[in-house]
Amino acid sequence: MLHQPVLSVSGLRKAYAGKTAVDNISFMVRRGEVVGLLGPNGAGKTTTLNMILGVLGPDQGQVLIDGLDLAQHRHTAMERINFAAVYAPLPGNLTVEQNLRIFGMLYGIGRKNLTARIKELTALFGLEKFRATRCGVLSSGEQTRASLAKAMLNAPRLLLLDEPTASLDPAVARDIRASIKDYAAGGGGALWTSHNMQEVAAVCDRVLFLSQGRIVLEGDPATLPQAHGADDLEELFIRVAKEPLRPERAGD
Amino acid sequence: MRAGRAFAITLRHLYLLRGSVSRIVPVFAWVTIDMILWGFITRYLHTISLPGSDVGTALLAAVVCWGFFGRVMHGVNMAFFEDVWSRNFLNLFTTPLSITEYIAGLAASSVLTSLVALSVLLTMSSWLFDLSLLTHGPAMAILLLTLFLFGIALGIASCTLALRFGPPAEWFIWPIPAIIAPFVGVFYPISILPGWMQGVGRCLPPTSAFAHLRALVTGTGVPLVSTLPALGLALAWLILAGLLFCGVYRSVMRSGLIARYSAEHIT
Repeated sequence: MLHQPVLSVSGLRKAYAGKTAVDNISFMVRRGEVVGLLGPNGAGKTTTLNMILGVLGPDQGQVLIDGLDLAQHRHTAMERINFAAVYAPLPGNLTVEQNLRIFGMLYGIGRKNLTARIKELTALFGLEKFRATRCGVLSSGEQTRASLAKAMLNAPRLLLLDEPTASLDPAVARDIRASIKDYAAGGGGALWTSHNMQEVAAVCDRVLFLSQGRIVLEGDPATLPQAHGADDLEELFIRVAKEPLRPERAGD
Repeated sequence: MRAGRAFAITLRHLYLLRGSVSRIVPVFAWVTIDMILWGFITRYLHTISLPGSDVGTALLAAVVCWGFFGRVMHGVNMAFFEDVWSRNFLNLFTTPLSITEYIAGLAASSVLTSLVALSVLLTMSSWLFDLSLLTHGPAMAILLLTLFLFGIALGIASCTLALRFGPPAEWFIWPIPAIIAPFVGVFYPISILPGWMQGVGRCLPPTSAFAHLRALVTGTGVPLVSTLPALGLALAWLILAGLLFCGVYRSVMRSGLIARYSAEHIT
């Protein structure tokens, strides 16, 4: 079952007021794989994530989540996906446990299983002592961990993470990377956006570089920089940001 | 539709109410203040009006029912705006939650808070001012149901405004009951209104409900069957409001507005 696609994006296109934000992109995320979606600000990463999440309609193209066409089977597809982003924290006026309980119910998790799942996830993300604390008074690192616990509630087959470790201290960021690697080892697929190239190199099995709405590079983060005459992923990122490349794929 | 998901939306509101005095107090505070103010006004009117006149009683009954209607509508609005204020749409609408489940959850939240308000209103009007609306039987129950359904409908319709035009539309929503009050003849028969206002009033279910209320409390009596058209009209408004909300929801999901409401700070 490992290596089967959990996300297939084909021919996705989106324009805002005549300006193309995402331009005919196609890619896959397989089970057991963490894929980095990289690019400078405005490259189209969040637009792409929003289309995969179904909160933005594409002008063209198709999104398949675990083989289900998002346009036709939205609710079933949403049961198999989850996400966390720094700009979508859990409501600050509820406690960690209340938030997790509500989202667990929204994902259709039964009462007994939900209690056990909340216990398991708060332990995994070091949130046991914050279960009765309102999310609004948590530090940004603790809020991120609470969001990640929410993102893992339904044991999603596809996890979308939009800069999940931004503004976190290195120790917390390392723990979160380890959690995501464990999740992928268990058969989940993840799409990860980040501006931290060291982190991307450490956590991602494959990276996609977006520039001006197009995928311009794709490959293994360990070998891609050398293949393009760069010392490391960061140098390659800066080069892509400054001088947009023509689209190519690994092996081209 | 899964009831568990709708209940999750209601549970979220209950958690918020349970942990916040500033959310619990408005559920009954404003209706209590209105009740006391209008109760004494009507007591004064009794002293100066002609013997046998029931103007004061009719006014007080209208205050009870209008207070209930306002709480129903604002109950839906409050539950919705809690999600707006906490920028929760992106988290909510990337779950399997359907829009009908969401609306049902908002409506159920309103049922809970408006029942508290109605209990306070009925108890106070009976205890302090000797007005017992529940003695008027099934006609009164249908009248209250009509106001409840229209309150939910107006709550959903006004949330649609905020969904379409963003969080700043909030300030157009809170005064809506005050805006429609003159048209529906809460305190007077609409026959005294100009023709165009009467036309607007006839399209709104509370117009008949308040006419029937006056007839009931002044002892004129209302045949049960004559209360049903207003109930049907309220149901039609509810269906229309639901369809409007679903249509706008689909549109903001397509355009990406829903994600923007979550990602942007409210200004």
